[in-house]
Amino acid sequence: MYTSNAAVYIAGVGIISAIGNNTKACLHALEHYEAGIGPITSLLTIHKNILPVAEVKLSNKELAEATGLSEKISRTALLSMMAAKEAWEDAGLPHSKNLRTGFISANSVGGMDMSENFFAEFFNNPARGKLSQVVNHECGAVTELVADKLGIKHYVSTISTACSSSANSIFFAARLIKHNLLDVAIAGGTDALTKFTLNGFNTLQILDKDPCTPFDENRKGLNLGEGAGYIVLVSESVANEMKDKLYGKLSGYCNANDAHHQTASSPDGAGSFLAMKGALALSGLKASDIDYINLHGTGTYNNDISEGTAIQRLFEPTYPKMSSTKSFTGHTLGASGGIEAVFSALSVKHNFIYPNLRLHTPIQSLPFAAETVFQKNEKINHVLSNSFGFGGNCSSLIFSKL
Amino acid sequence: MADLKKQIVEQLNLQHINPESIGDDQPLFVEGLGLDSIDALELIVLLQKQYNIKLNNAEDGPKVFRSVKTMAEYITAHQSQQA
Amino acid sequence: MKAYIHATGNISAQKTFGHPPLLQVLVEQSGNRMRCTEPDYSAFIDVKMIRRMSRIIKMGVAAAMECLQEAGVKNPDAIVTGTAYGCLEDTGIFLKKMVQQNEEMLTPTAFIQSTHNTIGGQIALLLQCHRYNNTFVHRGFSFESALLDAMMLLEEGNVNNVLAGSVDEITDISHAILSRFGLYKNGNVSNNSLYNDISGGSIAGEGAAFFLLTRDPSKNDYAVIDGLHTFYKPANIIEVSGQILSFLENISCKIDEIDLIIIGKSGDEAGDAIYTQIGQSVFANIPAIPYKNLCGEYPTSNGFALWLAAGIIKSGNIPSTLNTAITKKIKRVLIYNHYQNIHHSLLLLSAC
Repeated sequence: MYTSNAAVYIAGVGIISAIGNNTKACLHALEHYEAGIGPITSLLTIHKNILPVAEVKLSNKELAEATGLSEKISRTALLSMMAAKEAWEDAGLPHSKNLRTGFISANSVGGMDMSENFFAEFFNNPARGKLSQVVNHECGAVTELVADKLGIKHYVSTISTACSSSANSIFFAARLIKHNLLDVAIAGGTDALTKFTLNGFNTLQILDKDPCTPFDENRKGLNLGEGAGYIVLVSESVANEMKDKLYGKLSGYCNANDAHHQTASSPDGAGSFLAMKGALALSGLKASDIDYINLHGTGTYNNDISEGTAIQRLFEPTYPKMSSTKSFTGHTLGASGGIEAVFSALSVKHNFIYPNLRLHTPIQSLPFAAETVFQKNEKINHVLSNSFGFGGNCSSLIFSKL
Repeated sequence: MADLKKQIVEQLNLQHINPESIGDDQPLFVEGLGLDSIDALELIVLLQKQYNIKLNNAEDGPKVFRSVKTMAEYITAHQSQQA
Repeated sequence: MKAYIHATGNISAQKTFGHPPLLQVLVEQSGNRMRCTEPDYSAFIDVKMIRRMSRIIKMGVAAAMECLQEAGVKNPDAIVTGTAYGCLEDTGIFLKKMVQQNEEMLTPTAFIQSTHNTIGGQIALLLQCHRYNNTFVHRGFSFESALLDAMMLLEEGNVNNVLAGSVDEITDISHAILSRFGLYKNGNVSNNSLYNDISGGSIAGEGAAFFLLTRDPSKNDYAVIDGLHTFYKPANIIEVSGQILSFLENISCKIDEIDLIIIGKSGDEAGDAIYTQIGQSVFANIPAIPYKNLCGEYPTSNGFALWLAAGIIKSGNIPSTLNTAITKKIKRVLIYNHYQNIHHSLLLLSAC
């Protein structure tokens, strides 16, 4: 049975990114303006020393030790487990058999970090290449490695809609709870750096050779990052037993399609506009109720003007504070919605507004500018988090204070 | 230019187009052949692969790729510089 | 949660595209790989857009277009797609160039076409559909997750219809790799004698199946989906039985109300043992027919099964090419399938 106005609460958060291996470390970095962008150290690529990236500062061996998973599995799964485990432990839910628990994850290229090494040998000789490197290539296989380790089997699924993937997995999980199919869900996403994506994005010429400058007039592109972010969503009846622990509510969400071009966003930000508008409509909020927007803000010429234009159309004449945390974490693709959901949940709980790093000249054609200072003194009631991706997939989430 | 037309058709997977039917001065982008930004990136690689010419300034793209003729002129100019 | 199947579109190894009479003629293929019988895509897709579409995208788009055409719907209220492997051909092309050209002189087309959501994205682009668009990529649950999302959307009441479907392809590369995992039979097995071959493994399949699901019934619906249930890595046959029985109880369906079971027997002896055991216990005395001999084994084969079930209910009869022993009118069909004994799914359909 579906209850349209059933509330869905956030009971736990977990994150690993280039700026920290857990929530506390990431928050510290955000507050102290410490970005995680730097030269490539782990991938063996011709782009080393040319393209900056945002790497998680733990090796696969260290991730394996921390998670109890094997060192020989995909880094995508290892990162996923780190963040999902933190979120789960943060929520501190009783290990009750009566709670129907789901794991809904997202990623863009699954276990490609390992498969691309397999293919290097396979293309020379189809009998070569270690099968263990491709056995968990599929997006869903990565999810299952983590679901199995967490002991979740009631409902497991994976979404892949490019950069909006984990925003979609989060609100799909929320809807499963509203339909009374689940009581609890860990939802979010993960992605590890791979040569495949690095080269892929490079062919599109949208990578900045310097640390990115989102929402800056002279922005030159994005920096790829890696990481994972998950939130634990619970139903009202579960939330009633954990009032102090809750971060807030997921009060709005929407998925719309730009339908303009395979990779570029429309100049007027049609998809972005519809996604933000739809999320507001569902939450019952007015645009002026939003206190902070966590921008998709990749730093590409196209995204930022498209997203900015959509924001102008929706919010004018007054604009909330906004910033892109990708200036810290880089663009973590399938993980970005999840990572930014964690930042948004922390924002409504602790009134944080994060700075947009390296902003020198705000985009001239837009009547607003991103924040450049970390703030925590104003009351933040509602946060809008944007995730817009290839294939025109645009999703927006709204997090609200309890 | 006939060779260049064939290379363009192949690189951009324009299966439905006969290379000979592309006019020398016919606009390649927006109108004419109706190519888009992804095609522009493909053409940049074509220049490199077939003619060993690197388009250093991406902003020159629209000028260079305006038509087959402008592409051919750019290639001739830069090939003679290399020699 | 219910949903009405108002229209379908299916590209498979059988002659299923274009809505010919249901499986009047069966296609026989030998070897361990069943290839789709594909239409002329240029009849459905503008040539200017076709050049940006690899085979799997064309399959998905054409099946989706055929479905919408049958429904008389120009623009659906939502598009939800499931694909386990995604766009393998383009992934392989980009990877190969990356490896062989040492990351130099790479071009974007194959990369941008390799992302899993390209199929759903291209359908939206073609139709200029700005509505909800999602892609599930969870192995043997990819199609079922897409269906569940669609059914939830319909129940939420903000859409009247949803275009939901799945697509997976086999490429030379994927077939070579999956063969090394021992998934397929060796040698020349005809799909018609798939179940007579007791060796391990199945035959590889591929296909694109799309459905226009609606919240409200209308004339000419194929069937109504009464329920959908998935379960993951059941511990043993007891759990499998338990899941089936509680599913039926939850949707108030008695076992003897089921006229036909479509089962996901794949030809792999170990995996098929489950169907045998269930067939002797929970499903004893209920007629059952397999379907993977028609379409091959792949993570989203349930799309073909749903298409088949819907077609059987619409006509009321099982095509004689599939079975001549079952003569009663078919009004209620249960589909039970598992993929590698990891992803189990149940779908119940009724006439409406």
